Amino acid sequence: MTPTKPHQLQLNEQGQLRHFLTTEGLSRELLTEILDTADSFVSVGRQAVKKVPLLRGKTVVNLFFENSTRTRTTFELAAKRLSADVLNINISASSTSKGESLRDMLWNLEYMDSDMFIVRHGDSGAPHFIAEFVCPHVAVINAGDGRHAHPTQAMLDMYTIRRHKGAFEHLTVAIIGDILHSRVARSQIHALNALGAREIRVIGPKTLIPKDIEALGVKVFYNMAHGLHDVDVISTLRLQKERMESALLPSESEFYRLYGLSTEKLAFAKPDAIIMHPGPINRGVEIESAVADSERSVILNQVNYGIAVRMAVLSMAMSGQNADASNQREDA
Amino acid sequence: MTMPDVEKLLSAMALALQDRIAQLPKPPVMIGIHSGGAWVAERLHAALKLQQPLGLLDISFYRDDFEGKGLHPSVKPSVLPFALDDQHVILVDDVVMSGRTIRAALNELFDYGRPASVLLAALVDLPQRELPIQPDVVGIRMDLQPGQRVKLAGPAPLTLTLVHR
Repeated sequence: MTPTKPHQLQLNEQGQLRHFLTTEGLSRELLTEILDTADSFVSVGRQAVKKVPLLRGKTVVNLFFENSTRTRTTFELAAKRLSADVLNINISASSTSKGESLRDMLWNLEYMDSDMFIVRHGDSGAPHFIAEFVCPHVAVINAGDGRHAHPTQAMLDMYTIRRHKGAFEHLTVAIIGDILHSRVARSQIHALNALGAREIRVIGPKTLIPKDIEALGVKVFYNMAHGLHDVDVISTLRLQKERMESALLPSESEFYRLYGLSTEKLAFAKPDAIIMHPGPINRGVEIESAVADSERSVILNQVNYGIAVRMAVLSMAMSGQNADASNQREDA
Repeated sequence: MTMPDVEKLLSAMALALQDRIAQLPKPPVMIGIHSGGAWVAERLHAALKLQQPLGLLDISFYRDDFEGKGLHPSVKPSVLPFALDDQHVILVDDVVMSGRTIRAALNELFDYGRPASVLLAALVDLPQRELPIQPDVVGIRMDLQPGQRVKLAGPAPLTLTLVHR
């Protein structure tokens, strides 16, 4: 079994989205279409009845092999606001403890006529594997896989940037922290490149920056004063506790002293720079509490936009799968 | 077939709407359906000097052909710059044919609130109805040959053209 490149797998023959596995390899036009569609879904949140009937009668399964309350909740809200029926399956507590294989479990769900799987998995490539080999007729949305990708998070970040800063061509964006283990950073970099950001920077300690990251078209900085100079958008990343245990970092306080986004370090960026974070925040580790709560922080806006962006991705992928299915019916 | 002058149709519609508005207990709000309906609504809204700002509906999320046609790639946000509860609404579209767009628009309206009443105004009424929906104020009723459609081009000037499918 030779895996197909994800960006080929996730588009149908008409070039429409039918899975959403990664931002890598997607065109500027398609990413812009996601952002434009999300724009229209924002107004749904202001309706008295916060629902539209697009996915009425569809069954969406949240398959979370890793815990993530926020991501799961916003996907669930997005699917419910599209009128889909939503099933939440917490795998660690489910079949794997009874010895059922992943494939058997997914086939069971497919035969319950599920239309879409939203997959969060600790292993890179798991959603891709499901989309290609296990259930090709179910739309698969990657809700974060290993160190690989977190495409809906990246798209809600892009939406936030466009909403607050406008066109990407004029923007310098800095991503700070644990780039090495971050699926968010990778998906952001691919999306920012496709959307034509002027400059993408990564800032962090040498131990947490992948060696050949420049190949992705980013500039590397090991120092916040230089890295944040004249930046329009700051994206901080969550520092995971287990990195400390694996001896990649001396201590939390050392990390905060050098790379924590404090009021002092923020002064290096442009005065109107916005601050983003995918959450959950470690206050006093990667970001100072006052900075996270400041007027320039758009962290809670990101949460709100996240629902609209996920509604856009879910409806576009379902639309692409439907088109595929009707083409196959015509061919038959 | 010669196509009617849109300006004349708009003037006649504004007059007819004035009569209907006079019978309402309070001034109405107007909502146009994207995109042709919104153009017509802009003109009527100005002609009738309505106080409340014009509302705009994009019914793409409420269509009944998502399964077959998928999502329209350029959906516009719906903008209703007023609370809808207890309002008298004049809903405006350019062409009413099957009635399915109006069905979708009514569903969307009721997700925003409970209007006191809804009047339907359409520039062109084509008789091929598939649902029990009738416009209250019509610019012109047209009988077309099978395969013919009418399309409104705009926003300025507004012109009607005959389309052969």
